[in-house]
Amino acid sequence: MNPINLITAIGRYAIELVGSYGKAGLMLWRAIAHIPRPKKGLPLVIKQMYVLGVRSMVIILVSGLFIGMVLALQGYNILVDFGTEDSLGPMVALSLLRELGPVVTALLFAGRAGSALTAEIGLMKSTEQLSSLEMMAIDPLRQIIAPRFWAGVISMPLLAMMFSLVGIFGGHLVGVEWKGIDTGAFWSILQASIEWREDIVNCLIKSTVFGVVVTWIALYRGYEVQPNPEGISRATTSTVVQASLAVLALDFLLTALMFGN
Amino acid sequence: MSNIHVKFSLPFHARMAAISSNIMSDTSTVLQNPLVEVNNLAFSRGEKVIYDDISLTIPKGKVTAIMGPSGIGKTTLLKLIGAQLTPDKGEVLFDGQNMHTLSRTELYQVRKRMSMLFQSGALFTDMNVFDNVAFALREHSGLPETIIRSIVLMKLQAVGLRGAAFMMPSELSGGMQRRAALARAIALEPEMVLYDEPFAGQDPISMGMLVKLIRELSDSLKLTSVVVSHDVKEVLGIADYVYVIADKKVIAKGTPEQLRASDNPQLLQFIQGAPDGPVPFHYPAADYQQELLSESN
Repeated sequence: MNPINLITAIGRYAIELVGSYGKAGLMLWRAIAHIPRPKKGLPLVIKQMYVLGVRSMVIILVSGLFIGMVLALQGYNILVDFGTEDSLGPMVALSLLRELGPVVTALLFAGRAGSALTAEIGLMKSTEQLSSLEMMAIDPLRQIIAPRFWAGVISMPLLAMMFSLVGIFGGHLVGVEWKGIDTGAFWSILQASIEWREDIVNCLIKSTVFGVVVTWIALYRGYEVQPNPEGISRATTSTVVQASLAVLALDFLLTALMFGN
Repeated sequence: MSNIHVKFSLPFHARMAAISSNIMSDTSTVLQNPLVEVNNLAFSRGEKVIYDDISLTIPKGKVTAIMGPSGIGKTTLLKLIGAQLTPDKGEVLFDGQNMHTLSRTELYQVRKRMSMLFQSGALFTDMNVFDNVAFALREHSGLPETIIRSIVLMKLQAVGLRGAAFMMPSELSGGMQRRAALARAIALEPEMVLYDEPFAGQDPISMGMLVKLIRELSDSLKLTSVVVSHDVKEVLGIADYVYVIADKKVIAKGTPEQLRASDNPQLLQFIQGAPDGPVPFHYPAADYQQELLSESN
């Protein structure tokens, strides 16, 4: 390839990339920078919380249970060699609250709810539903994008908490019910080792950030879709890929900030 | 029709004189009272120029048709009129206001006075027909639910779908969807309705229904209607005034009678649906014989 062409291609790619960040930012700003209308907006947000949050619960709860159980089994096998199997409770709980809860929930949320959001908005665009809102003098950003955004941001931390809780219960099943660790020891050491600020609040912060990022990417991909079947399928895939990568990269950044010192 | 027969029985010069005087008088009466004026509009998508310099006038309370072959941007023109797209140059005046220099709030105020029937119907798929029609009323009118219910039922009765009020859009046939969308488009009693290809893909019965509805609604509600279509017969049947667009510009305009009497070959090919003519059957290509015999074969 001619070096000039290569430089041109890189330049064009960079300009498009920066442009799309700008557009995504503007879309979000125009969607949420409004005086809230509780009477009209709240029912829309609640409906979307049902669609995005409640309908994602099955996959989140089942995954949480199994991940907690696997974590407990692997942990037990190592801890028992050192005679410290009583520490299984904090090991499972801290792994879940600090890392696996927010991250795995966000990845599952991107796959389950993010892809559905992109496809739904993309379909609304290609069937001219967004245009028809515009022509009815109703801002689609306010009517369609904003409620979905808030629903995603509120649902994510709740789902991450449920994931962690069910995971701890899975750990209890394996550690206490199967491997015979003392119930009192399991729960009391677990309770003593979890801190409100360090663990619970950080879990909520992480999952809220992931909620913002995943929902934002999904909405933007849907809103900017090429309005045809091929465009929608491409946008759905890129939502899952980009949201997952963004979650993993941000997780490292947040972990470094929270637990680096 | 009788008017045309009279004209054709006259000698050629007399006929032309009659037509041109007819054009003058009809044009001046029809276009006297414009609701929308499109002035010197230019629009391009990327490299592709859609409109070079196009001007047209949409008279108040009449059915104006915009016709032309597929893919020349008729829908784009409606979107330019509704200010969903911004032109490269030129202006669109709606009742004297330039649509593209209005603030967002002002634009939304103007849009409440117009509505658009989309080609796909664009019904909201997560609501039933009743809620679709009630949607704009609930958002904008501030009327109590009992009155909204009556209005919605009246609009649905007008399009013959009161019995389908509680069906979901996916349960409706294509023609019913378009009629439901029409009920939604007239729910707020707009001054102007933009119809995007209302007859595309319809069977003869629902086509007939739509033709009747568009004409009747226009007459009874004093609606200004803009119909974008390439269904020549239906459009010439209901339009008061017609623009024909091709090659990025208006190639003919006038009442349906004037267009039928025209001798512009490009227009005649379009109206008669001739497969070959000024618009060639073949997409531009290299010489046929040469290409068949070329070395790559």
